[in-house]
Amino acid sequence: MHAEQRIRVLVAKPGLDGHDRGAKVVVKALQDAGMNAIYSGLRQSVDAILNRAVEEHVDVVGLSILSGSHVPICRELLEKMEHRGIKNIKVVVGGSIPQADVQVLKDLGVAEVFRGGSSFDDIAQGIRRIVKGEETQTASQEE
Amino acid sequence: MKSQQRQGQESKNAKKTSDPEILRKVFYRPEDVGEFDYERFLNDPGEYPFTRGIYPTMYRGKLWTMRQYSGFSTSVDTNSQFKFLIEQGQTGLSLALDLPTQLGLDSDDPLARDDVGKLGVAIDSLRDMEAMFDGIPLDKISTSFTINATAGIILAMYVAAGEKQGVSQEKLRGTIQNDILKEYIARGTWIFPPKPSIRLIGDTVEYCIENVPRFNSVSVSGTHICEAGATRAQGVAYPFLTAITYINEVLRRGYTIDRIAPLLSFHLIAGGIQFHLFQDVANLRAARRLWAKIIKERFGAEDEKSMLLRFSTGAMGSGMTEQQPLNNIARIAYYALAAALAGSRSFNLPCFDEAYGIPTQEAIRTSLRTQQILAYETGITDTVDPLAGSYYIETMTNYFETEILREMEEIESRGGIVKCIGDGYIQNKLSEQAYEVEKKIQDGEMIKVGVNRFTIDEEKREMAVFEQDTAIVERQVERLKRIKTERDNNEVSRCLTGLKKAAVEERNLMPDMVAAVKAYATMGEIVDVLKEVYGEAQQPV
Repeated sequence: MHAEQRIRVLVAKPGLDGHDRGAKVVVKALQDAGMNAIYSGLRQSVDAILNRAVEEHVDVVGLSILSGSHVPICRELLEKMEHRGIKNIKVVVGGSIPQADVQVLKDLGVAEVFRGGSSFDDIAQGIRRIVKGEETQTASQEE
Repeated sequence: MKSQQRQGQESKNAKKTSDPEILRKVFYRPEDVGEFDYERFLNDPGEYPFTRGIYPTMYRGKLWTMRQYSGFSTSVDTNSQFKFLIEQGQTGLSLALDLPTQLGLDSDDPLARDDVGKLGVAIDSLRDMEAMFDGIPLDKISTSFTINATAGIILAMYVAAGEKQGVSQEKLRGTIQNDILKEYIARGTWIFPPKPSIRLIGDTVEYCIENVPRFNSVSVSGTHICEAGATRAQGVAYPFLTAITYINEVLRRGYTIDRIAPLLSFHLIAGGIQFHLFQDVANLRAARRLWAKIIKERFGAEDEKSMLLRFSTGAMGSGMTEQQPLNNIARIAYYALAAALAGSRSFNLPCFDEAYGIPTQEAIRTSLRTQQILAYETGITDTVDPLAGSYYIETMTNYFETEILREMEEIESRGGIVKCIGDGYIQNKLSEQAYEVEKKIQDGEMIKVGVNRFTIDEEKREMAVFEQDTAIVERQVERLKRIKTERDNNEVSRCLTGLKKAAVEERNLMPDMVAAVKAYATMGEIVDVLKEVYGEAQQPV
């Protein structure tokens, strides 16, 4: 066991979209915030993301989605987590997410949504809160 | 001297940057420009080295092409969208294709399901291409396709659709992006490894030289890599190195530079997250001059047409803010101004609701109107290259020419662009740079109005968001099923076998691709054949 218990995050790009500036930048920001953050690479299937998450013992999976497919992707991921009995990993989503879909995603079981315009601080603090189990508070003030 | 004291002062309103001294002077004097020989460094528009413009009269003779990126869901829906844009005065079409089409997956592929018709139109077979241009004569319009890994197949379909309309291929005008190297760097729609991918680009260029001479077979892009974090000089240097890679591929096949270079075009940055009005203009003027020199001196071109840097300027969504979205209209107008001052041949501007999702009809129209206001209400088209001769602009034009060259040499000294992409060097460099820019914005060091300054409480913000039609997949899969029952399946397998043979033998694939699409072979079927021969690329992480 490490003394400091660094939070472990897998930032993943599900679906076919290839724009990963945001994903890569968030990985660096989380690393700078003292977390152990890794990037999945492009075009990851939901199964591949979950396998990686389990292998790497992550606390949080952060999905970066800009393609508009966030609802079906999150539904599939959360269903598969339930099916596989993965309970100790939280899911957060970032990207081009319309305001109206934030609640839809949370109802599916997403712990937090970081829409475009969220700051690095919003994201890092949000993740810390979620890992501590305080996810009922909204992480990004603008919601 | 008084002026020297003033030069030393930093203005508190100046845009804070880490730019070198030469870009940050309070004012500029003749000695900053250095040696200034008008004929040699600038010359008149339309004269070598084309610093001032590639045509003698530029917008006086012909306005830039107004093209807004569009296309969504099915070919039938896109057809009506195109007709709307043509009615609104748009003079060229810029087509967005959905991700499965860009990655060579049919709409019924399990991997495609969530992305069918989402970010662009779904094209599974020639039937979709025909429907998309139904009632739009292909000899009257030019179409720009944002397509890369599957560009050859899309070109084959366009040629076949033209033929069905009775338009022969030598009359077709347009562009396929067809720039695979920047896909590995930034945009991510690669399929095959670099080597066969570069060969496929050679195939399309060769085919266009011989058969579709008015079609731009490659549009080498700097905008996407700038979106991924490249500086403006890298945003020219990397595309130049990329273009040189493609040129060498076609030279190898026995064509002269004068037959290749006129078919290349570029898509370069004016605007975006690191926008600077005058630096962007100077950078593009420098690019024009440097490219002319490279093609003439390095490649020994004789025809001046080969030396022209024909570029459009592109959508820069990264500059669009989610906060106070109407502010983006003002940003878009300044980007358009930069593009016009730089002599871009075609603009596609971002849309003010870009941070929210697929642009709405209103946002697309507003960006088009922004171009029209610039063209018809500001006097910008009255004279060519109005900034020429400014001490400031000429100093910076010289500076950026040196910078672009320096960036090119850095990559060449590391083994060239293909190697620097293959080992992830460029990708890592750009994400580092993107992170630095993002930190500057978040620290308030780089001012973004409405984001880190002049913010308002926007809790109740409501935006009209483009609504996706959830029945798209079903409709498109239905179309695909129908075509598979209506076509001659024996003919399809015959064509696919021929294509595979050509790929194995490393012959030009275009004739076999044209035959395959005419038989209504699907995008996925064609790409699968090529995957069997070439394999798939792996991303360096």
